[in-house]
Amino acid sequence: MTRHIKEIIIKYVFFSFALVSIVVLGMIVFSLFREGVPIFKVVSLKDFLFGTEWYPTFDPPLFGIFTLIVGSLIVTIFATLLAVPLGVMTAIYISEIAPRAIKEILKSIIEMLAGLPSVVLGFFGMVVVAPWLQNTFDLPTGLNIVNASMILALMAVPTISSISEDALYAVPHEFKEASYALGATRFETIAKVIVPAALSGITTAVMLGMARAIGETMVVLMVAGGAAAIPESIFDSVRPMPASIAAEMGETPYRSAHYHALFATGMVLFFLTLAFNLIADYVSHKFKQTGSATP
Amino acid sequence: MMRWRYLKQSAFFALVRASALIITLTLGGIILYILMHGYSVISWEFITKPPTDSMTQGGIMPAILGTIYLTLGAIAIGLPLGVASAIYLTEYAIQGRMIRLIRVGINCLAGVPSVVFGLFGLAFFVIIFKFGSSILAGSLTLGFLILPTIIGASEEALKSVPQTFREASLALGVSKWQTTYRIVLPNALPGILTGSILGIGRAAGETAPIMFTAAAFFTSKLPSSIFDEVMALPYHIYVLATAGTNIEATRPIQYGTVLVLVAVVLGINLVAILIRGYMRRNKRW
Repeated sequence: MTRHIKEIIIKYVFFSFALVSIVVLGMIVFSLFREGVPIFKVVSLKDFLFGTEWYPTFDPPLFGIFTLIVGSLIVTIFATLLAVPLGVMTAIYISEIAPRAIKEILKSIIEMLAGLPSVVLGFFGMVVVAPWLQNTFDLPTGLNIVNASMILALMAVPTISSISEDALYAVPHEFKEASYALGATRFETIAKVIVPAALSGITTAVMLGMARAIGETMVVLMVAGGAAAIPESIFDSVRPMPASIAAEMGETPYRSAHYHALFATGMVLFFLTLAFNLIADYVSHKFKQTGSATP
Repeated sequence: MMRWRYLKQSAFFALVRASALIITLTLGGIILYILMHGYSVISWEFITKPPTDSMTQGGIMPAILGTIYLTLGAIAIGLPLGVASAIYLTEYAIQGRMIRLIRVGINCLAGVPSVVFGLFGLAFFVIIFKFGSSILAGSLTLGFLILPTIIGASEEALKSVPQTFREASLALGVSKWQTTYRIVLPNALPGILTGSILGIGRAAGETAPIMFTAAAFFTSKLPSSIFDEVMALPYHIYVLATAGTNIEATRPIQYGTVLVLVAVVLGINLVAILIRGYMRRNKRW
């Protein structure tokens, strides 16, 4: 009987370890609220979210993060527009077209791209892409929306490509065979059978890629330019939320209004990415392709 | 008609190949660029000497050491927690609402932006636990950051151990825990290690989570305890490239540091990829 009790104890020990992820998530939410909520004694929630003036060091300071939210959304949208075609097409190539050897090499390349530290990509954007943009388009600065979106797209491509590839790979073989049997070409099979069948997985991939881009810090900190204003062209600088947090937290006195405002910005960023992740999770479970006609 | 259909197919295939080529060339271009500019800077002195003359001369030894400490610390925290979580999820858990909740939690944790991890580390470890900006606070933050990666990899490794192994062991009257510990875990170990190596790469390259929790702009002495601040490679690159006293003059040092970081991180990744390939070829079941 003691052995039985021992087994039960072991089971619950492992159960408590499995709960650590949820506990950490809870601790993150707790710390963001604890340090972020006090800002709403200084500024109302509406003025915080929709105020267009972010002058945290002025006297009196102004804490409106609307320009930061707009900055985050703009670079994320442009990055997605670049990364989705690239990522999905590459996934199609790897899963449906490439010969075996090339397939393995490409998968490793994508993994290496995913492994490149963000600070390295940000550095590359600063020293290579920025001067090139500046000279080609005759701009005052190459640190702008275009630059940040390009580098962010590069960071989102591995996420989009590898998850899309899994989804394409999971499409049952029978679908493909049935399509060929009807006389469809490989292209028609891919476009009309395989991709539609994998669409929920591809959607999940895009959502997770967007979550990655919106939360990415070093790239936007180094190459987005840092201007807290509503941009008028794609060559304007922006100051996305993560950039603001990372740049300003270091020089903010502990528990000052500015400190609380940065935590509240982190809260907004956290819930934005959480929404993307939950949508991705929902889509992948709700519209899951389950099995094929034949066992 | 038939020709038109095949023409469309060729055009599509060309487009798809072009996408793969763009990605390959971009990665190749970035690595080549870093190699070409960083190569001439790398020397024994660069790797083993601390920075001098307000970081405009000298090497990057303290940053290399700091990154090693932080990464080891992150693994010490992330690996046991991650493997234990994965053991519960694959070996013990019975599908239900609780498990679904845990999985959603892990996915959400994987999606938390790195800068938010930084804020969390600052509020919790630096301030509430009073660790200050230190190796300990940074390692804890990075350890929780890589937790989902390690759980995912470990789960996959545990799942790949054939069910018959477990059944054979249980049929001999061996308890569940002994089966897990003596049979399942050893067989899953290579897979778990590969996944953890990827986690190491991630921890070594992250900047935002350590900015407020561990990284120092410059330290003249090496850390003597886990409560000391350290320099770190990614943060050193950021500091020199954006806030240094003379950004242009320190360009060579920046290239050198980037090369060292990329070599470390991609080297780690490459090792993981090679081990995995080797394992797949030599699978015993």
